[in-house]
Amino acid sequence: MLGRLILTYPATARRIGALFVLFLVAAGLYSLGISSAWIGKIFPSAVDWLKENKQFGRAISAIALALIVAFNWKLLQLLPRRQQIVAVWLELFALLMLFFYSFDLSLPFIAKKIGFMISQGVVTTLYISAISIAIATVIALAGAIAKLSKNGVIYGLATFYTSLFRGLPLLMQIYIIYLGLPQVGYVIGAVPAGILALSLCYGAYMTEIFRAGIESIHRGQTEGATALGLSPNQTMFLVILPQAMRVIVPPTGNQFIAMLKDSSLVSVVGVWEIMYLARTQGQTEFRHIEMLITASMIYWVLSIGLEFLQSRIEAHFGRFNAR
Amino acid sequence: MPQPMNDEIKLSGVHKWYGQYHALDDINLDVAKKERIVICGPSGSGKSTLIRCINRLEAHQQGQIVVGGIELTDNEKNIEEVRREVGMVFQHFNLFPHLTIVENCVLAPVWVRKMGKAKATEIAMHFLERVRIADQANKYPGQLSGGQQQRVAIARALCMNPKIMLFDEPTSALDPEMVKEVLDTMVSLAEEGMTMICVTHEMGFARQVADRVIFMDQGRVVEEAAPAEFFDNPQHERSRLFLSQILH
Repeated sequence: MLGRLILTYPATARRIGALFVLFLVAAGLYSLGISSAWIGKIFPSAVDWLKENKQFGRAISAIALALIVAFNWKLLQLLPRRQQIVAVWLELFALLMLFFYSFDLSLPFIAKKIGFMISQGVVTTLYISAISIAIATVIALAGAIAKLSKNGVIYGLATFYTSLFRGLPLLMQIYIIYLGLPQVGYVIGAVPAGILALSLCYGAYMTEIFRAGIESIHRGQTEGATALGLSPNQTMFLVILPQAMRVIVPPTGNQFIAMLKDSSLVSVVGVWEIMYLARTQGQTEFRHIEMLITASMIYWVLSIGLEFLQSRIEAHFGRFNAR
Repeated sequence: MPQPMNDEIKLSGVHKWYGQYHALDDINLDVAKKERIVICGPSGSGKSTLIRCINRLEAHQQGQIVVGGIELTDNEKNIEEVRREVGMVFQHFNLFPHLTIVENCVLAPVWVRKMGKAKATEIAMHFLERVRIADQANKYPGQLSGGQQQRVAIARALCMNPKIMLFDEPTSALDPEMVKEVLDTMVSLAEEGMTMICVTHEMGFARQVADRVIFMDQGRVVEEAAPAEFFDNPQHERSRLFLSQILH
């Protein structure tokens, strides 16, 4: 019956549907316990009335918010796709900033510290991550080739390595390398220990990504190259890897972003990277939140940089797929 | 061991097993210079395995294979040398999709023959011209039709200036209307005196260019004859059955 109604009066049905969704959003907001304080801030004259009618005020607040969201949605539909994306980003970013603003942060304190956070923290984080990323990529490539090897010794080495370093928490690896290596007579600095742990851990994850990428290339490619007289190495680097990159790059981008943030774990051995500074710089004036949010934003900006890089590399290796 | 000069390829007593499966069972085959051989037979008869042993894409386990006077063993140097002289065309083309047509053709001459890029490109364009596809040189394989891709694959093999060409069902993956353009290319190659071994079911092609037809079944050579003789008067029951099935 409902179906018949929708088919006979499609426009009406759509309107009723929209109203229903609107009602659901409003009811949801209300049941989540939305406050009506924001109405009082915009219309000071309504403050007293809201105090007397608490429930009613919250209901109005929920409906008003639902209407604002619906209006916003309608408005965004009028824009072309590209502008829609930009508008959504701007709106959500503004909301995020509003959320942070509600913490009553001391902007002068942030302004005072941010220079040092960047010149010391960002630089340290970036160079630890960059070196680790480079080493991890080399390890991953070697590990993947080893995992595809017919030689039992090489295969055994590769599987033990990936199993161990994927299985231990990164934090433990950092401790074990930093505190354990001196036990066998090799004293290692905090930064090299961090780089070593990050490279080994992410090298192990990326070994699997590279192996899957290499295996995704059809056997005919190897045969074609072999029949032409290319050596196994030439086949790998000239024929297989360039094609495997299309499969390898997106998850590797993920790994790089994760590594960038996991480099914060190196702070436990006292490396002055972003996370370490965020914790120590805030302590003196009990302004922890300021520093933590600043550090978070810095990580985000750096991640966006990596995302951008990833999309460029993807476009490069995917260009032959264009028709 | 001295080899007779006019035998380009010589297989004697070749056996190959995949686990328990006897893929090649005592193959003896001599191919003279400029000879054109067509191998046919039902699927699983070992015809692809046979020609893949000739450039060592598969290793045989017993017997002797000599190509151009070089015996194929585990010796990597010998294998490399043989592969440089033997071109191969596959059923599924096996072009490199990440390289343009001309880059596909230039890759092996530059990296294997250590040729200069300009010279290699010149040679590549010459052969692409010959298979009438030079105007597509800067496209990617994915932008070409199946028949065009297979002609590029032939040109790519020719760029290495091989003495012998192996064809592994080169027209089996093609739409019917594209078979002819590939066969025409192969006929013109045969007319120029290339030593060729083709695994194919194109009986018209076999009649036109083959010096000998070899019929295989269950890893053995069942019958070996000139094409006219093989098609018009097959000696073995198995060959007659096969021919009646593919000729309808």
